[in-house]
Amino acid sequence: MTSAVASSTAHSIVEASPRSKAFASALVILYAVITILPLLWIVATAFKSQSDAIAYPPKVLFEPTLEGYVNLFTVRTRQTPDFIAKLPPPETWYDKLVRERDMVIAGPSKVVPRFVNSLIIGFGSTFLAVFLGTLAAYAFSRFRIPLADDLLFFILSTRMMPPVAVAIPIYLMYRQLNLTDTRLGMILLYTAVNVSLAVWLLKGFIDEIPREYEEAALVDGYTRLQALRKVVLPQAVTGIAATAIFCLIFSWNEYAFAVLLTSGEAQTMPPFIPFIIGEGGQDWPAVAAATTLFVVPIVLFTVLLRKHLLRGITFGAVRK
Amino acid sequence: MAQIRVENLRKSFDQFTAVHGSNFTIDDGTFFAMLGPSGCGKTTTLRMIAGLELPTEGKILLDGEDVTFRRAAARDIAFVFQLFALYPHMNVADNIGFPLKCQGMGRTEIRQLVQETAKLLRIEHLLSSKTSKLSGGDRQRVALGRAMVRRPKAFLMDEPLGALDAEFRHLMCGELRDLHDRIGATTVYVTHDQLEAMSMADQIAIMNKGRVEQIGSPQEVYDRPASMFVADFIGSPPMNFLRFEGGLHSGDRAVNFHDTIIAVPEIREDRASAPLAFGIRPEHIRFTDAAPVRGEVFGAEYLGTTQIVTVDTAHGRIAARLPSSTSVRIGERVGLEFRSERVSLFDVGSGLAIQTAFEGSARHG
Repeated sequence: MTSAVASSTAHSIVEASPRSKAFASALVILYAVITILPLLWIVATAFKSQSDAIAYPPKVLFEPTLEGYVNLFTVRTRQTPDFIAKLPPPETWYDKLVRERDMVIAGPSKVVPRFVNSLIIGFGSTFLAVFLGTLAAYAFSRFRIPLADDLLFFILSTRMMPPVAVAIPIYLMYRQLNLTDTRLGMILLYTAVNVSLAVWLLKGFIDEIPREYEEAALVDGYTRLQALRKVVLPQAVTGIAATAIFCLIFSWNEYAFAVLLTSGEAQTMPPFIPFIIGEGGQDWPAVAAATTLFVVPIVLFTVLLRKHLLRGITFGAVRK
Repeated sequence: MAQIRVENLRKSFDQFTAVHGSNFTIDDGTFFAMLGPSGCGKTTTLRMIAGLELPTEGKILLDGEDVTFRRAAARDIAFVFQLFALYPHMNVADNIGFPLKCQGMGRTEIRQLVQETAKLLRIEHLLSSKTSKLSGGDRQRVALGRAMVRRPKAFLMDEPLGALDAEFRHLMCGELRDLHDRIGATTVYVTHDQLEAMSMADQIAIMNKGRVEQIGSPQEVYDRPASMFVADFIGSPPMNFLRFEGGLHSGDRAVNFHDTIIAVPEIREDRASAPLAFGIRPEHIRFTDAAPVRGEVFGAEYLGTTQIVTVDTAHGRIAARLPSSTSVRIGERVGLEFRSERVSLFDVGSGLAIQTAFEGSARHG
């Protein structure tokens, strides 16, 4: 009986045919290639020499070098071959690499502090936005709040105009408050932008959790806050993870405000990367190296939360 | 174990009043059912007793102690939800032990009490299972276990069998009542299913539109409904109503029903002429050729030992419950005789029952 069904040639409406499966896989692979190729090109460029990076036609095969990474992390000065010959022998492999180009290392570049800024500002604002968003979303979802709909619309409306449109007022405000070029200022700014997204996304997720769970916990002896922490949050993990990723991606990649409001102390990676200049213009291998490193944390974060994200994107879209 | 007293309890949401000044007392150890159609305020009342909702007005007393504004956790009551509300991220044992953990009880003690409770409910073999893997009935047992484990003063149940299928519901009804008898705790049970309420409860409060219409034992509310709503809501098929206009005098033993004299239990109040209704349960009707109220058989529904025969009369359609052995033909003209001592009379305007020798002891909430 079952074998008869299995060997049947009739087209099943639930089981995909081998041909459509193959077609679907081909599409997915094509899409993956299109999205991954530029990334691979960046990773490869980071290992090219200056001349290979700008060669035309572009080189797919090349001799890999770590020059790009060395250039990214160091500041170098050009010297005469005589001067270099008189120096004591190079202490490290990167000293040697730089001297082969008639240069000596003058000190570390600013990439590490910039990267640290990005980490602190990105994760700090994500944490704040998700924290505030969870509390607000819970309140909107569970309590009778006067004018709740208007408040929610107001929160959403902060996203309705392009943020750059308020760049100048924000700049003036920040100058007045001495928040320009501070990490705190950037964290507050990104939190303000993200919190509306966080409230709306999380409200959807929390609405889906039946309130009986907390009520049971309230009757059983928890306070409202304990019930939120130990009963609601474990069930909202999916939504929180998805929201955190969206928030992090925004604050990690944000460019316009970072250019406008940071120049030294609090500068993040996005405005730093395009201005990595070598001799005679853009140092493409170093730019590619910086970009590669810049992508790593967000990839790690997404992979860590992938399990939740997969469910999170569709979860909340369907009402019971 | 506790007595629950509700005084003038009222709850409004914006313009809508869900509960209009309820008053009742639930004695220690009583199985008390609150019965009514959806939206009648029974769940809101229960949630106020639990402390999940704060009343707009009125008082709630647990063993004489005013707990009206005390938070749910401090009332020492347990709540069983319709959807069970088992914590999905915990296994069965953790779910049952949760209230004890909240109280800060030691781990070995919790394990022992969870074991005892599970044994009582016959779910010991499930203790380490995930709640999502359980059947509806087992989930229900776990929810009951979580409620029982800390021996609360009272159990509050909000349609706990509503999510189960019909066959299983019947079984759980028996189990619940059995459990109640063994523990002896005060139980407040909200349902819209009259069979559940009738089969389990010691006392039933019938609610309609935020008001308690009647409180009494299952037999009282069935035999002596205090209002037309109760008479109509309880019983399947419901009580038949025959409307007529007339006045009443204390001491009368008959009423003038459309120029026919029909015997009723002795009337205990005087009434000026007003629209009245004559209420009779289907099982108190017999077919007699000589009877003054006549009609034509419209249909018969066979139910095994009995059948429900509907008869079209000049005063509306009437359902009679007759033994299945009685043969009836559709279209046949029959006379309807009412068992006069079981007749109820209602004032159509207010919907309330008129005091008679039979109706006498029914009280109105």
